[in-house]
Amino acid sequence: MKKSKKWMTIDVSLNIRQLIDTNTNEFVTVFSLFSTVGTIDSEEVENFQKLAAEWWNPCGPLKPLHSMNKLRIPLVRDGLINEGCIAIVHVRTSTPLKGMSVLDVGCGGGILSEPLARLGAVVTGLDATSNALDVARKHAKDNNLAINYMCSSVEEFSQNNIGKFDAVVASEVVEHVTEKASFIAACSKCLKPSGSIFITTLNDTFLAHFLGVWMAENMLSLVPRGTHQSEKFVKPHQLQRILEDNGLRTKLMHGMIYNFVTNNWSWSSNRSINYAMHAVKNADL
Amino acid sequence: MFKIPLTKAARLNSVVLKGPRLVLLRAIAQDATKHYDIIIAGGGMVGTTLACTLGKNQILSNKKLLLLEGSKIKQQSISDKYSNRVVSINLGTHKLLNDIGAWSFIAKNRFATVRRMQVWDALSDSSITFGSSEHTDTVSYIVENDLLLAAVSEEAKKCNNLSIMDGAKVKNYQLPIAQDDVVGITLENGECFTCDLLLGCDGVNSSVRKAMEADYLSWSYNQMGVVATVRFCEKFNNEIAWQRFLPNGPIALLPLTEELSSLVWSTTPDEAKRLLSLTNQDFVAELNTAISGTFSRSSLVLQATSAFDTFLRMFNCSVDQVRAYPPKVQDIDSGSRAAFPLGFGHSSQYIRQGVALVGDAAHRIHPLAGQGVNLGFGDVACLNKILGDAVYSASAISNMDYLKGYESERQKHNVPTMLAVEALHRLYNTKFTPIVLLRSLGLQTTHALEPIKRAIRNQAAV
Repeated sequence: MKKSKKWMTIDVSLNIRQLIDTNTNEFVTVFSLFSTVGTIDSEEVENFQKLAAEWWNPCGPLKPLHSMNKLRIPLVRDGLINEGCIAIVHVRTSTPLKGMSVLDVGCGGGILSEPLARLGAVVTGLDATSNALDVARKHAKDNNLAINYMCSSVEEFSQNNIGKFDAVVASEVVEHVTEKASFIAACSKCLKPSGSIFITTLNDTFLAHFLGVWMAENMLSLVPRGTHQSEKFVKPHQLQRILEDNGLRTKLMHGMIYNFVTNNWSWSSNRSINYAMHAVKNADL
Repeated sequence: MFKIPLTKAARLNSVVLKGPRLVLLRAIAQDATKHYDIIIAGGGMVGTTLACTLGKNQILSNKKLLLLEGSKIKQQSISDKYSNRVVSINLGTHKLLNDIGAWSFIAKNRFATVRRMQVWDALSDSSITFGSSEHTDTVSYIVENDLLLAAVSEEAKKCNNLSIMDGAKVKNYQLPIAQDDVVGITLENGECFTCDLLLGCDGVNSSVRKAMEADYLSWSYNQMGVVATVRFCEKFNNEIAWQRFLPNGPIALLPLTEELSSLVWSTTPDEAKRLLSLTNQDFVAELNTAISGTFSRSSLVLQATSAFDTFLRMFNCSVDQVRAYPPKVQDIDSGSRAAFPLGFGHSSQYIRQGVALVGDAAHRIHPLAGQGVNLGFGDVACLNKILGDAVYSASAISNMDYLKGYESERQKHNVPTMLAVEALHRLYNTKFTPIVLLRSLGLQTTHALEPIKRAIRNQAAV
C-alpha cells in the first residue's frame, strides 16, 4: 500500500530556466514584433497569447510550480509571523506581509513573486534569464503589482545589497546551483540580522533521482528531458551545514509530497524527495 | 474607496475575443461601480448570513461584496405574536451567529432552548431521547425565521464593504467559460453587474444552479408540512422537543415559551388540506390524538420489543425509558396554520468556474431532523474559511483549487446527513410489520448504545 503511494507521488520540480528557453524564445520574437510594428497581425497576437498564457497557465507545463504556492506561500507567511517580524495588526488581514522586503532568488516568470507582493511584501525578483524576466515584468504590470525584477546572479546582487532584506526565498533553485556555499553566503549577505531564508529543493536520494528525474522526465513527460542534473541535488543535513556556516539557524524542515494525479502538494514527514527549510540569520551578524 | 480591479480588466484585454458576450462583459468589468469581487444571489436567512460573515471576515476586508435580494426587504418590527415558521439551530450554527454578532440581537428578543429531545414511534413502544434527563445539556435553539433574518440583516448593515440591493430580480446569469472570465448578471430592469465569484443562495428553485447546468437529483415526498403555533393548557418547563412518527409522517412540537410550542406536522397532501380546513377546535382535537392517541399495533412487535428490552436490561444498558408526554394542547393561534410542500434535492456539483452554491440551492431535505437550515449554515462557515484561506495565501477569490475544497468538505458532511435523514423518513413512512419490528429494535439498540448516540449528536451538531 505504502509503496504504491510512493509511486504516485512523483516529484516534478522544474528547471525554470530551461523551460523559459524552450518556451519563450519564440514568444520574445513575437513580442518585439508586436511592440515595434504598428500593425498587429492577429494570428501572431494569438500565438503570443497562447505562449504567454502557457507561463501563467495554472494547468500548463508549469502547473506543479503553481500548485506548490499552496504550500510555500503559507511557509513564508507563517514563518515570518512566527518569527515575530510582522506587526500583530497585519496578521489575519489581506496583507499580512505589509512592508516586508523580500528577495525572490530565481524568480523565473514571477509565479512566487506575485502572490508575495499581493500579500503586501516589497518584492525584488532575481533571475539570470532575461527572457523570463520579460514575461514576469509584463505580467506584473498587467496585474498592477510593483515588483522590482533584476537580471543578475545573487552573488553579484549581494555586493550592493548587504543586509537589506527581511526575507530571502530560494524556491526550487538550489538544485540547479553548482557552488552552493557561495550561493547561500550571498543570500545570507542580503539578509538583515534575524532575517529569514526559505528554501525548497530536491533531496539527494535514490528516490528523488528515480522519481523526480528518471520517471518525471522519461516516463511521465512531466518535465522536459535534461531538466535536472541529479549530481547537484543536496541532502538536507548538507544544506543545513552550509546554512550554519553562514550564520543561519534552521528553524524547521518539512518534507513535501506531490500527487501528480490531483496536482496537489502536501506537507509530509517524508523528506526523501522534496523538502522545505526555514532558517533565521543570527541577530548579531 | 474601491479601486477598479485592473487585474481583471487588463486580463480581459489580453484575452482573444470570444464573441459579443465577452465584449459586453469586458466593458462592464471595467466599470468599477458595476464590478464586485463577490456577488451573493438571494437574501434569505442563509444568503444574508453568508454576506454578513464574509463582510466581517478581516482577510476579505478589501473585497467588494454585493447582496442581491429579489423581493423588497420590509422593515418589520418583531410582533408579540410568534411566527409559525421556526428553525432549530444546532450548536455549530449558534457559534456562527455568535461569531458574527447576530446572536445578541436574537438573545435580546426571544428564543427557546431545547435541552432534551424525545422521538418515539406510534406503532411500537420504542423511543429514543437525546440530552440528559436533568435538562443540563443544550440540544438546539428554536428561533423564528423572521427574527433570525432580522438579526443577520442588522449585522450585515454594519459591513462597510457590503452593498445590499433589494427588489433586484435577476433576468439571467452569464457564467465564465474560460479561466479568467468574469460572471455577468443582468437584472430585469436592465442593470448589469459583473463579479469574480457568484454565490448562489437562491433557495430550492435556484436559478444560479440552473445556469450552472448542475446535475440535480430531486423528488417530492408527496407530503406537506402543516405548521401552527400551539398553546398548551398549562404552563410548564417547556424544554423538550417532541417528535412522534405517525404512519402518515412525523409530527413535531418545538418549544417557544412556557405555554407555546411550534408545530410541524408532516402528512399526505389530502390530509394536510383537510387539516387546514378544520375549525380550530377540531384541529386541536385531531392534534391531541396524533400526539398521544394509540394506534393499532402489531402484537408481534410489542412482544419482540419488550423481550429485547429485558435483554438490554440484563446488560445494564440505558433502557430507563421514562417516557414523558407533552401536556394537552388547548388551542392554536388563529391564523398561524399553514402548509408547505416537502421534497428532497441534491446538486451533484456545488461549484463551477466562478460560481458556488450554498444552502437550499445545493441541498434540500425532509424537516424531520431539523437539519436543513443547519446544513446551509455549515456551508456558510466552511465557505467563509476557505475564501479566507485563498486570499490569505494570495490566491484569486475564485481559485478552483480552494472552491473544490469547499465542495468536497461540504459534500462529505452533507451527503451522509441527508442519507441518514432520508433513511429515517423511509423507515418510518410505512406500516409494514417486519419493517416496524426492525426499526423498533434498531431504535432500542441505538438508545442503549451511548457511543452511537454520541456519534449522531456530533454529526447533527456541526
